[in-house]
Amino acid sequence: MRLTSDRVLAAFLIAPSIAAAAVFVYGFIGWTAWVSLSNWAGLRPDLSWAGVANYLGLFANPRFHLDIRNTIVFTVFLLAACMSLGLGLALLLDRGVRGESIFRSLFFFPMAVSFIVTGVAWRWLLAPGDPATGRLTGVNVLLAHLDLPHLRWYTDHTVLHIHPDGALGQVLSGAGLGALTDPTVGIPVAMLSIVIAATWQMSGFVMALYLAGLRGFPEELREAARIDGAGEWQVYRYVVLPFLWPVTLSALIILGHISLKIFDLVAAMSKRGPGFATDVPAYFMFETTFHADRFAQGAAVAVVMLVSVSVLIIPYLVYSMRRETAT
Amino acid sequence: MTRVAASPLAMAGRALIYAALVVAAAFYLLPVYVLVITGLKSYAEAGLSQMWHLPAAPTLEGFQQAYARLAPHFANSITLTVPAALISSFLGSVNGYILAKWRFRGADLLFTLILFGMFIPYQSILIPLVDTLQRVNFAAAALGVPGWLSWAIPGYGTIPGLAFVHIVYGIPITTLIFRNYYATIPDELLDAAKADGANLLGIYRLVLLPISMPAFAVVLIWQFTSIWNEFLFAVVLTQNPAVRPVTVALYNLAGSYIVEWNVQMAGALLAALPTLLVYVFLGRYFLRGLLAGALKG
Repeated sequence: MRLTSDRVLAAFLIAPSIAAAAVFVYGFIGWTAWVSLSNWAGLRPDLSWAGVANYLGLFANPRFHLDIRNTIVFTVFLLAACMSLGLGLALLLDRGVRGESIFRSLFFFPMAVSFIVTGVAWRWLLAPGDPATGRLTGVNVLLAHLDLPHLRWYTDHTVLHIHPDGALGQVLSGAGLGALTDPTVGIPVAMLSIVIAATWQMSGFVMALYLAGLRGFPEELREAARIDGAGEWQVYRYVVLPFLWPVTLSALIILGHISLKIFDLVAAMSKRGPGFATDVPAYFMFETTFHADRFAQGAAVAVVMLVSVSVLIIPYLVYSMRRETAT
Repeated sequence: MTRVAASPLAMAGRALIYAALVVAAAFYLLPVYVLVITGLKSYAEAGLSQMWHLPAAPTLEGFQQAYARLAPHFANSITLTVPAALISSFLGSVNGYILAKWRFRGADLLFTLILFGMFIPYQSILIPLVDTLQRVNFAAAALGVPGWLSWAIPGYGTIPGLAFVHIVYGIPITTLIFRNYYATIPDELLDAAKADGANLLGIYRLVLLPISMPAFAVVLIWQFTSIWNEFLFAVVLTQNPAVRPVTVALYNLAGSYIVEWNVQMAGALLAALPTLLVYVFLGRYFLRGLLAGALKG
């Protein structure tokens, strides 16, 4: 008797949250998908059927090509920078240094600050100065002191790409891969300024994940490897890093999905950037939907973003749940 | 823990470790230094090539101007963040309790489906969200809700509307943290209360709630920080300047070309201050929330 009434009460208590997820997550995703298949391109909703026209338009849109390029560049550089810096700092702090907690707090505090604050601060730090008067600002002043050339940072138009007339370019063209010499597969230099700001903000998170992982590292393993004649480097390479693999996987997926969604930081620092050099899908979606009122087009961008994030997150969720039930 | 390094090689190694840590610390402190010194400069002094120099004549002018512009939005952020953090934490606690201790068939699948909601790009729900909140406004107007009650209507362009959104999309993370916390509480504790005749609510109130404070601290701090810092919902759902939270106000302040750098930097510091204070005094809990978000439990 008691058991049944408790079960009813349990269902009653959790029902609002289930309903909220059903409506506000899954229902709204379905609604967005529907909008993306419609002709809605004005303030007045128009849900007449357009088929996949919005998606075809999107993938034919040069701006969206650049968005995909920028997102890939941003993700690759951000992951490389955050993972190496985060792991490096965690390994250093794990060696029993004095003042460990102070260093740890310093490396981690940017996570408590909003992307907008980060963007405002780094926009000022990396402001290129005034090219007309030659008056420098920010980090460029420091570079000038060190006799290094100053940089254009997030205002840089340059896209590093394989030159079609160079040796490699000619080989690629000969192999029918001439498309790889196009700037749309290059590296927009301005994007690297965003990477610096994002690394400042998020590398501490990776460090914290690794430190938590290292705390569970059994010292006997290290000792055993040493007795087997492994050097310090080999211990890291063959014992510590494999032990940390689950942490590495979590960090890669969490950072990766954040970088696919990046919006605030770009909006605060550079917006589209010169020649769309720092434009990203989230910013494109924001502009096209809420400034240009092209709702169907914006919905299509949103669905593409959702699919890209899901490819990372769904296997991760399934893996986490399986691992939990296994233990 | 630390063994005294004897050989010169080992000592050089330790010196290198400290050197690397100090260089890294300089990188993380660089923006703080610039924010503080620029904020303390006058307009005439800010923006010149001596931006790395300490202010020759420190002044609170920049902070005063930034405060004058941001203060109303600061208040908006507080009225938004505090209730939203409290309500979403409470919901998470109830959900976590049921998912951890009243396991029913399909509970894990359901939990995974709820969790997915914290990873989605919110762009994928934004258009229906705006539409729905606008319908709430229309419905309130059609029902003739009196003006003095309008503060309570969670519609488009209102603080209650924005708070409602943060509560709904906060459910996955708060549920996750509480579920993992309650899963560590031995079932025997609950069985004892059950034997004494306590029902589902009684067990929650008498057994779990009193020992939930650490989890509440983690969840409340996490929600406070993320809602305070959130930008996408805030910028899309508040067209009316009067209800904008501080992140949006700072964004507009910094986006305006007529606002001086010293005011922008002072404003950025002010906007970051509450979450930084939380971090300084309760960083331990903040870190735990972050690690829980990585599904580590």
